[in-house]
Amino acid sequence: MSAVIELTGITKRFPGVIANDNVNLVVERGEIHAICGENGAGKSTLMKILYGMQQADEGTMKVDGEVVAFNSPTDAIDAGIGMVHQHFMLADQLTVLENVVLGAEPVRAGGAINFKEAKAHLSAVGADYGLTIDPDDMVETLEVGERQRVEIIKVLYRGAQILILDEPTAVLVPQEVEALFENMRELKAGGATILFIDHKLDEVLEISDSITILRQGKTVASMKNDGVTASDLAELMVGSELPSPETAESTVTDHVALSLRDVTVVDDDDRSVVENINLTIHKGEILGIAGVEGNGQAELVDAIIGTASVSKGVVELLGTDITSMSVRKRRESGIAYVPEDRHREGLMLEAPLWENAALGHQTQKPYGSRWFMNRAGTRAQTELIREQFDVRTPNVDVSAHALSGGNQQKLIIGRELTSAPSLLLAAHPTRGIDVGAQAAVWEQIRNARKAGLATLLISADLDELIGLSDTIVVMLRGRMVARLSPSEVTPRDLGAYMTGAATQDTSSPDTSSPDTSSPDTAGR
Amino acid sequence: MRKILLAAAAPVGAFILTLIISSITLWAFGSNPFSAYGDMLGHAAKLETQVDILNRATPLYLSAVAAAIGFRMNLFNIGVEGQYLFAYLIAAQVGSMFALPQLLHIPLIMITAMAVGGAYAGIAGVLKVTRGVNEVISTIMLNAIAISGVIAWLQQSWQSDQDQFTSTTLGTDPIDDSGLFPDINGLLEIFTRDIAQGKQLTGLLLVAVAVGLGYHFLLTRMRFGFDLRASGLNPFAARAGGIPPKRMVVAAMFLSGAIAGLIGMVELADTAKFPPDPIKGLGFAGIAVALLGRNNPFAMVLSALLFAFLDVSAGILQNTQAATKEIVNIMQGIVLLAAVIAYGVSKRVQEREEARFTAEALAEIDPIGADS
Ligand SMILES: Nc1ncnc2c1ncn2[C@@H]1O[C@H](COP(=O)(O)OP(=O)(O)OP(=O)(O)O)[C@@H](O)[C@H]1O
Ligand SMILES: [Mg+2]
Repeated sequence: MSAVIELTGITKRFPGVIANDNVNLVVERGEIHAICGENGAGKSTLMKILYGMQQADEGTMKVDGEVVAFNSPTDAIDAGIGMVHQHFMLADQLTVLENVVLGAEPVRAGGAINFKEAKAHLSAVGADYGLTIDPDDMVETLEVGERQRVEIIKVLYRGAQILILDEPTAVLVPQEVEALFENMRELKAGGATILFIDHKLDEVLEISDSITILRQGKTVASMKNDGVTASDLAELMVGSELPSPETAESTVTDHVALSLRDVTVVDDDDRSVVENINLTIHKGEILGIAGVEGNGQAELVDAIIGTASVSKGVVELLGTDITSMSVRKRRESGIAYVPEDRHREGLMLEAPLWENAALGHQTQKPYGSRWFMNRAGTRAQTELIREQFDVRTPNVDVSAHALSGGNQQKLIIGRELTSAPSLLLAAHPTRGIDVGAQAAVWEQIRNARKAGLATLLISADLDELIGLSDTIVVMLRGRMVARLSPSEVTPRDLGAYMTGAATQDTSSPDTSSPDTSSPDTAGR
Repeated sequence: MRKILLAAAAPVGAFILTLIISSITLWAFGSNPFSAYGDMLGHAAKLETQVDILNRATPLYLSAVAAAIGFRMNLFNIGVEGQYLFAYLIAAQVGSMFALPQLLHIPLIMITAMAVGGAYAGIAGVLKVTRGVNEVISTIMLNAIAISGVIAWLQQSWQSDQDQFTSTTLGTDPIDDSGLFPDINGLLEIFTRDIAQGKQLTGLLLVAVAVGLGYHFLLTRMRFGFDLRASGLNPFAARAGGIPPKRMVVAAMFLSGAIAGLIGMVELADTAKFPPDPIKGLGFAGIAVALLGRNNPFAMVLSALLFAFLDVSAGILQNTQAATKEIVNIMQGIVLLAAVIAYGVSKRVQEREEARFTAEALAEIDPIGADS
């Protein structure tokens, strides 16, 4: 084997931080190489440099032994390097084929796109690497795992031999992760080299050949994956033990915080995306919702926060009917919200952190009032969040886009949990957060729960879901298909319910004690 | 110190770039750039010219604030032009219908102007939230309706002498003196010699200053201003953060139009009626002023003054034959372009400088890591 990528002495500085400090990285041809490290360690920055999206201040890059300098991703693509970002960049209204060829269209004489040739090329690429996808499917109909496959094919289509995947598993459920890993093995067998970032250490150990660990912008270790354990990695990354999201004793009370009765939500085409949902969350209870992304969980949360309207049914918060209340009134009555996509619904990327901290709570103390903003109060509160939630930033005046993904997430969690909410709607609260900080977030949620917070938790991380929840319900195609007790369910069982491989009778609405029929009794 | 230098670099750079390109243009047109600049500056050194510049900058600034309020929310209110002319006409008519003490008469006219401007812009806002009509299209259409439709018609039907349809009698009846915003020559003359040539410094200058301060206060201190900026920065996050998107669109359009309503008041204080041929183009010029001033209340003061200076210079160039007067419009275009380039460059330099600075500072304190 020979080094296909060799980065030496890469340094990249941003205002207030050194994102990469003399980083060295050697990747062998045909291996799967994991990059691990805390939030803000500089992983994404390093990958963006390799992909030509950012330029290093110092250091040299060699690809196939030749020194290269990339001014833009186009240069990197020409050198056979492709990157799949954590946030997908596909156009929903186009087909898979159109998305794949977008920007690299084979043109026929006269300027028309040669779709026939493109399709042939696409299926050739797919066959080479064992990736199957129907080129004529509309992207909007695809599930997350499939979209990711499209992104990967898109990169391969452009002739990439070296793939960079930034936190590819963060948005996937375990079955999809398995499928992704299968694809990655195929790619490797086909001769590709893969670099990927991941915060889940068991996944890293399962799939990677080599592991490089960054810490505070420096390479602290680079090793072959053999005989390494998860706790070794955790130790190297954050200097502490591996945490687990074990819930302490139950704190569920009799006081109902949130109650949904027969809630139905329809989409623009009048199809119901959430159908007749009945559920109750008590003070001090964490209710987990399991489901493959796109099965109505997001719309259910939208209906509770008020950004989607309920077409039928009633939503009650602490006994008050809030079904047609404005989002702001709901916020003021104590609903906190951690959105699933932090860039879309969580942050103003161009605004400073302290203004971001106020977003959603700007009418409430200490941020402001009905008429005025309290700048001093907002800044002080942001400092508090920064300290309490370990948001790594030079100061609170930097804009949100300058924070690493995980630190952005911590800021959002902090702003929502410090608002003294009575109900927390948390979609993937620890998505993109490193193992150390994850434990801290779980701890914060548990503390709030002890103090009476009701939480609706959505997570693709089934260990997190099982570990934190007091009750788990499974959603499939907009319906509640199972209600399970976390103490008696394994991630594998959950997965079976989520994909519809196992079913449970839930005709009795909202039984307060979880039904615990075994998952392998049924299965259509 | 270094920071201040860097911050000043962009405007200074834009200025130098403008000078260079303008000089080349002048030269290419067969004029001597130095004599043209000399004429312009010599002219502007006169107190009376300065009064002209302030009188021109006042409505430009109001227009820029009106546009900027929309821009902050990613709303493109192209309709300031129609809004101010319409407001100007109605306010002049309402003002001419009453005889009131000054303290009531002036506010009545101004409030009418703001209400009409706001309501007219508000139509575009309502169309956007109820029918999904893009505000650029609706405000352009509202401009056409106002300017060549409603105003042309009302101007005729409200004219004093109905029997005599001549272009000079068009417009409204004159307003009593009690309704005319007084000039502030006295205020300026505290610092200078007496203003000659019968020039009057518009009292609306004080209103423009108040509007600028109000705009600054709104954006930085008021919750509504926060909501406004949040909606512009990320509408989805704003909505999830409890900011009602539809209400914000209507409110922002109304506010923008209300400020636009004040633009015509500057001329009204002088003409005392909606004249046959009212001043036009201030709405579109305001967009350029807002762009150059990057929607910032203080930077827009400078850009309004610069645009006013160039506008006022057109006359003198014409007189001295140093260059054609159209050159000032070309220069206004060049300054906008130069500003875009200079700001872009300076942003990159600034980031790089800051990063290097940090690195040096960190290397001294803590040789191990980048974190605090
Ligand atoms: N555009 C930018 N401007 C300023 N600072 C930045 C910028 N991008 C990244 N940084 C800083 O560089 C450091 C490294 O960020 P990076 O995104 O590489 O971290 P990461 O290892 O990917 O973290 P995460 O696991 O949270 O995604 C962080 O401290 C971040 O604040
Ligand atoms: Mg990252």
